[in-house]
Amino acid sequence: MSHADAHAMHPPTATGLDTRKLAIWTFIGSECLFFASLISTYLVYKGKSLVGPLPHDASQCMLDGRMQQCEGVFEIPLVTFGTAVLLFSSYFVVKALSGAQRGNRKQLIGWLSATVVGGLFFVGMQVYEFYHFFHKGLGYTTNVFSASFYTLTGFHGTHVTLGVIWLSTVLVLAIRGKLPPEKALNLELAALYWHFVDVVWIVIFPVVYLMK
Amino acid sequence: MATSAREHAHAPAPSKTGLWSWLTTVDHKRIGILYGASAFIFFLIGGLEALLIRWQLRIPENNFLSAEAYNQLFTMHGTTMVFLAVMPLSAMLFNYLIPLMIGARDVAFPRLNAFSYWVFILGGLFMNASFLFNAAPDAGWFGYANLTSKQYSPGMNVDFWVIGLQILGVASLAAAVNFFVTIINLRAPGMKLMRMPMFVWMSMITQVLLLLAFPVITVALVFLLTDRMFGTGFYIPAQGGDPILWQHLFWIFGHPEVYILILPPFGIVSEILPVFSRKPLFGYAAMVFSGAFIAFLGFGVWSHHMFSTGLGPIADSVFSLTTMLIAIPTGVKIFNWIGTLWGGSLQMKTPLYYALGFIALFVIGGLSGVMHASPPADLQQTDTYFVVAHFHYVLFGGAIFAMVGGAFYWWPKMFGYMLREGLGKVQFWIMFIAMNLTFFPMHYAGLHGMPRRTYTYVAGLGLDWLNLVETIGSLGLAVAFTLFMVNIFVSFRGRKANPAPADPWNGATLEWSIPSPPQEFNFPEIPTVEGRDPLWTAKRKHGGPLPEPKRVDGSNIHLPNPSYWPLVTAIGMSIMLIGFMAGGLPVNLIGVAILFFGAFRWAFEPTG
Amino acid sequence: MRHRSGLLTLFLMLTVIGIAGCGGDYPQSTLTPLGDFARMVDDVFRGTVRWALVVFVLVEAALLVAIFKFRGKPDDAEPDQVHGNAMVEVVWTIIPAVILAFIAVPTVKTIFRTAEVPTDAMEIEVIGHQWWWEFRYPTEGVVTATEMHVPVGQKVVLKMRTADVLHSFWVPQFAAKRDVFQARYTTLWFTADTVGWFPGQCAEFCGTQHARMHSWVVVESPEEFAAWTAAQRVGSPLVNGGVVAPDTTVPAPPVDSVVIKGQDAFVAGGCISCHAMVGTPLAGQLFEGNTNAGPNLSHVASRARLAGGMFENTEANLRRWLSDPQLVKPNTNMKLPRPLTDDEIATLVAYLQTRR
Repeated sequence: MSHADAHAMHPPTATGLDTRKLAIWTFIGSECLFFASLISTYLVYKGKSLVGPLPHDASQCMLDGRMQQCEGVFEIPLVTFGTAVLLFSSYFVVKALSGAQRGNRKQLIGWLSATVVGGLFFVGMQVYEFYHFFHKGLGYTTNVFSASFYTLTGFHGTHVTLGVIWLSTVLVLAIRGKLPPEKALNLELAALYWHFVDVVWIVIFPVVYLMK
Repeated sequence: MATSAREHAHAPAPSKTGLWSWLTTVDHKRIGILYGASAFIFFLIGGLEALLIRWQLRIPENNFLSAEAYNQLFTMHGTTMVFLAVMPLSAMLFNYLIPLMIGARDVAFPRLNAFSYWVFILGGLFMNASFLFNAAPDAGWFGYANLTSKQYSPGMNVDFWVIGLQILGVASLAAAVNFFVTIINLRAPGMKLMRMPMFVWMSMITQVLLLLAFPVITVALVFLLTDRMFGTGFYIPAQGGDPILWQHLFWIFGHPEVYILILPPFGIVSEILPVFSRKPLFGYAAMVFSGAFIAFLGFGVWSHHMFSTGLGPIADSVFSLTTMLIAIPTGVKIFNWIGTLWGGSLQMKTPLYYALGFIALFVIGGLSGVMHASPPADLQQTDTYFVVAHFHYVLFGGAIFAMVGGAFYWWPKMFGYMLREGLGKVQFWIMFIAMNLTFFPMHYAGLHGMPRRTYTYVAGLGLDWLNLVETIGSLGLAVAFTLFMVNIFVSFRGRKANPAPADPWNGATLEWSIPSPPQEFNFPEIPTVEGRDPLWTAKRKHGGPLPEPKRVDGSNIHLPNPSYWPLVTAIGMSIMLIGFMAGGLPVNLIGVAILFFGAFRWAFEPTG
Repeated sequence: MRHRSGLLTLFLMLTVIGIAGCGGDYPQSTLTPLGDFARMVDDVFRGTVRWALVVFVLVEAALLVAIFKFRGKPDDAEPDQVHGNAMVEVVWTIIPAVILAFIAVPTVKTIFRTAEVPTDAMEIEVIGHQWWWEFRYPTEGVVTATEMHVPVGQKVVLKMRTADVLHSFWVPQFAAKRDVFQARYTTLWFTADTVGWFPGQCAEFCGTQHARMHSWVVVESPEEFAAWTAAQRVGSPLVNGGVVAPDTTVPAPPVDSVVIKGQDAFVAGGCISCHAMVGTPLAGQLFEGNTNAGPNLSHVASRARLAGGMFENTEANLRRWLSDPQLVKPNTNMKLPRPLTDDEIATLVAYLQTRR
């Protein structure tokens, strides 16, 4: 930083940590409780649904205007693939960040684009999944499973979407050449958030999809 | 602070007066004053609601208020006092004092700070706008499911409450991130954690509580919102839901919320007592750790609000014991405050009166708290006026007394003139006596069988004269706060004759080292701190009072530019949430659009 | 000497409140327990109050001593700059802990003692409605409202639930209170040891008329109780679906022409779609799941109170109630399909007053 007077306003921080980074960590700490509450609710209402469809087991449900036997709605292979893509995108953003820090523009833009694409794929997967479930008779208000499932995964999906928007903004900056190494922090902050969103899914995936 | 735009330094100096300067301000001191003024107005509204409640209950079978009106008033009284008065009064002090006490020029994110305020005020106005539709919230401040379901509360009343609280929650969370980071990162050189003023410590613990408690109520409110708007059944037994889930989520938030309300007042009292005893705070470390311990335990006691739901003997015992445990650190605090007074040289100034009143009254609230920490006793007391008495001793006798004391203490710093001592002391005695007249008989009313939240009571239960005394007491409280406003008015008129020096009380903390009111940049030079009570150390070294600090030219000191994007973003945020209640998806989307537009302009705006 | 006169005034006023608050006639009080459960609760409370008073007196005295003893002047020398005292601080951490142990032990004991539901007790099902209490006696075949009759000296267990929102059933003289839920039963139990009428009321905010949701415990001698149940079970809804043998006794049909007209109005006017009534086609209805269900009126004239205990069961009050329930008790579920004529009201009142 060449602007000494700017530093006069913000002397080096008391802890040495960057203030914005600390803010993101603080925010993430708060978000943990948000998702913990949603996940707890999902677990509390596990097995409490009065009608189907259910996640794994067959049940009686209202479909096409009549009560009938319905299969469990979950399709584990698809979600597993989506999960893998999201996990890999966390790796991609690490590569992108290292590119940003070393001033390797090609590496930065390539990996960051891959991250955004990964995020978009995950969101797309979720939209497809919701659409599919809906046609299997699982509306938002069908039972307490559907309400708590859609609320939990919907909020997670919203977080992924916001992450994609944030990363895309940084990508635009990078393409315009406005992300020199000394500003790599701008990407690091988005990456931190992205890792968090990813970690939350690592909890949601086994708890919601794999636990019977 | 965003570093991305430092290149745009030296933008033209903004205008410093007028409405526009207040709408775009990012100065923590101005935002603090905005918080304080708004919160005080909300406090007066909440107080008026309380007076109407008391007037209805002065005689049995009174027809002054209808049942519907009464239910709206008690709900709004509780909601207003908790979310729109006591919390933002604390926010006023966080804003104004934390940067001054830790030796910083501003908070970590000045525009986020403005955003918090605007979201808060929009939420408060929205919640109170419900009165215009004759649809103020009417399900109690903890809005138990399933009374709040569409089936049993079909009107807009509960919608106003849910969406109003969601908006206010955003404000609290944004502010909590900001202040937590400010305290951790912007301390002046040498201001180690264990040298921080106790108010800063208690504030920091409060931010942690806010950060961990508010997400839970956010989720609880989301469920209630979708139950009401979209027909999910989170709290509806007929759809497989369970109303008790609301109680758990609400109180996991709600009990820490109690400490969110009372820890900042603990901090205020811990600042006032040493200064007016001319003696350092007794047992500083114990005060820090007891505060942290109270906050930690605060997350493990929520079910003591639910003993009457029949949790079973094991859960009852566990939650009873953890609750009783909180009495130990709280006791340590009270004893250490008395220890601070002991052997001191008490200067009987107005702020000290209120701090002493705080201790005397808080003890009563604490002891009645231990009484209903015992589930069998609580089975009789819960949901009666005994509980109403308890939390008014804690929140009025505690929080409000500390806030008024804090107002007298920091007023000269904030506005540059002293409040009248004599009027302040008369106000104290009226408030102290009226407070006890209002709330002490409520213990008896509750034990003699008066449930809370009843718009009337029958004659012949022996409750008549207790209620009459309470109503008379509440009028006394109205007199006390009228006197407070008279004091502000009179002192303001005479401000030229009574200017405040930088250090009117022989203070110990950094805010008293700079002129009253402080200049926009707070400190011409960032101070270096060598121990606790830095100003006392400086005065001792100097061998007496320090010379009056001079106002200096700060044009070479760089400050963040004013910005209206926080206000725009706050409006977008509020419209987005209000859309759930009025206008539906198009309104939601308009809100989202404004929110994103504001946020992007904010992110790419030169910060100066 | 403003401090002293202020403190003195306050002290005098609180003393007066304290003395007056302890004496006098408080029929809904928790402080005069008349049953085993309430006595156990009262013992814990009184024990806690004793400790609280000790702590209160000591702390406030220390505070007052500090205030009056260490008064200083601005130009006094700076006092000793004491920062703390580890010994003292440890002591005042331990003492409260010990006191709390003295409170915690009886508390936990009482929690477990009150949680043991007696097995040899008479069961009463308590159902909360907006805004009245329903009482069902499955072994006696009785369904009634607002007034819960129990025999003196007999253990009773209350199995409680709600038909709509949460309520809290509170019998301050005999037990305490418990919230009621739709999906599960909560319990209270007690033995009343004094004959008489004892008021209580709903303690959990439950909507507009929460303040008007009263109940009474009517404690009677075993003989009076037996006579009461015998009269109440005639044509009771529970007789048809309950565990007791059907009671074939049917009250004599009305003879008075006004009363007959009243009965016809009761049936034709739709009252029977919410109220069970002996001698009518839907006498056996329990109206499960109908949140508008009203009290069983088969023996309404035997009750002392009307409309969730809001007023006495007199001819004038009944007339007022039937003329416009929404005016008398706004938002009540008692909704008339159309305003009744004076003639209809008169016949209905006459009819209802014969239903003992």
